[in-house]
Amino acid sequence: MDLTYIIVTLVKLAVLFGVLMTTLAYLQWIERKVIAHIQLRPGPYRVGPHGLLQPLADVIKLITKEGMIPSHVNKFVYLLAPFLAVTLALVNICVMPFGPEIKVPIPGHPVSTWLQMTDLRIGVIFVLAIGAVGVYGVALAGWSSNNKYSLIGGLRSSAQMISYELPMALAIACPLLLANTLSFRELVLAQGGYFFGFIPRWNLFQVFPLQIVAFIVFLIASFAETNRIPFDLPEAENELVAGFHTEYSSMSFASFFMAEYCNMLTAACVTTLLFLGGWQPLFPAPWSDYVAPVVFVLAGLVSLWAALNPARPKDRFTFPVVAAACFGLAALFLAGEFVFPIVNQIAMPLFWFGAKTFGLLFVWIWVRGTLPRFRYDQLMRFAWTFMFPLGMVVMLATAAVVAWFPR
Amino acid sequence: MDTVLFLVFALIALLCGINLVVQTHPISSALSLIGVMAALAVLYLLLGAEFLAAAQMIVYAGAIMVLFIFVIMLLNAGAERVTKTRQLVKLAGVPLMAVFLGIIAFIIQALLPKSQLVWFGGFPGGGPRDIGIPLFTNYLLPFEVTSVLILIAILGAIVLARKEID
Repeated sequence: MDLTYIIVTLVKLAVLFGVLMTTLAYLQWIERKVIAHIQLRPGPYRVGPHGLLQPLADVIKLITKEGMIPSHVNKFVYLLAPFLAVTLALVNICVMPFGPEIKVPIPGHPVSTWLQMTDLRIGVIFVLAIGAVGVYGVALAGWSSNNKYSLIGGLRSSAQMISYELPMALAIACPLLLANTLSFRELVLAQGGYFFGFIPRWNLFQVFPLQIVAFIVFLIASFAETNRIPFDLPEAENELVAGFHTEYSSMSFASFFMAEYCNMLTAACVTTLLFLGGWQPLFPAPWSDYVAPVVFVLAGLVSLWAALNPARPKDRFTFPVVAAACFGLAALFLAGEFVFPIVNQIAMPLFWFGAKTFGLLFVWIWVRGTLPRFRYDQLMRFAWTFMFPLGMVVMLATAAVVAWFPR
Repeated sequence: MDTVLFLVFALIALLCGINLVVQTHPISSALSLIGVMAALAVLYLLLGAEFLAAAQMIVYAGAIMVLFIFVIMLLNAGAERVTKTRQLVKLAGVPLMAVFLGIIAFIIQALLPKSQLVWFGGFPGGGPRDIGIPLFTNYLLPFEVTSVLILIAILGAIVLARKEID
């Protein structure tokens, strides 16, 4: 354990923590904006331009509020539950690889490191284990609040988690069988390359169409595991007030909130790593480097157009800033392509990983804006009579393919 | 480092184990049991059996204990009432327990040969492959028989539950 390793790890830790916290705060802003636009509303608009400072205002509000402890609660468990929820949600991010090995040519001290905190030999199982324990936060919060709505919320959550863990584990088994490893890093490396030179070898496109079914099963199960609509019965607001966190206020409420968004982020990252090839680009190498600049130039042009045809008077001032930021990013990627290869070595994998993850997060939010909630018996019947057999069939079929056509 | 970690987590496991017996409320006991299992998982990790540690977390601390807690919450079980114990039992119990623990410790120490003691990280076969391949080659029959046994137990539970509903 030399000094370079410790410094590099600390730098990675600081960057990851900062990015994670900012993402969690702004994920909520993104969600409110997207839902608002689905429902033809402007969404948060008052604090900062287009409500951009809303997360900050929310955080200040939640910190400065009084933390109430209702009477007749089991104090130890009541205070332990939000702590458990948020810790277990945050731990997962440390095994996610965001990019390949990079070599930073610092003069005299060439450093080479992976864009990942640590790689476990059992990374996938580790995430499953943390997810299996993560339900305690919700279940114990429901029980310790001494409130019937909370209790029902906690009960629903634990039953739902156990039921949907099975199809999820079965769906996860498919990419693991194909890649023959449990480490996230090796999983992504196994998905590099292209069929016929243009179809990426992501697990999603392997053994067509089996893996697409596995992907859909996994996605639905992760919606249930993250307690999101259409599976958000633990906090169904029109039946249970607010479900398991009815009695929580201030920072302990914020912990549950943060845990929910962090679980969502983790689920999106795991989906990206297992099925969508992690940081592997969608197009073969010579073209894929130009995708990022082209995307950002297009986004900049759209912003410019929005600034020239303002829907609201404010837009004349806000959208040019967005356009300038987009053009700046495009210039950065182009500079990385032609002048400083080190920029692209770091930025390219992060761009692809981020694009896939945020695409999935958008699907999460989109579903919330579109679908109604399940009834409880429908939820259980769906899990045991549809998801579980389907997951089993896909898993067995994949195993048969791997056994008969060893790669 | 390993020794310190071992002592810390062995102590946590012991304290949780004692707490499990001492607590009167079922939820507190169940929480202590989760603590024991998590501490044991860390001990497995220290020995190098990472897959076993993760399996312990998923199966015991995750699935089984969630079911325990679910049932306790569903039945809304209250705190146990402590029955009165006689003074004699209290007085005689402590020395007897000490003697019993001493005998057990002595027997275990005498039975274990010194050469087969485990040491931290000395167990190389803790990965999923090292466990999976023997499980499906050398130990296939015991593994399958155990699965069938569990299946029979599940069927038995369903049959018993059905009878009560009708």
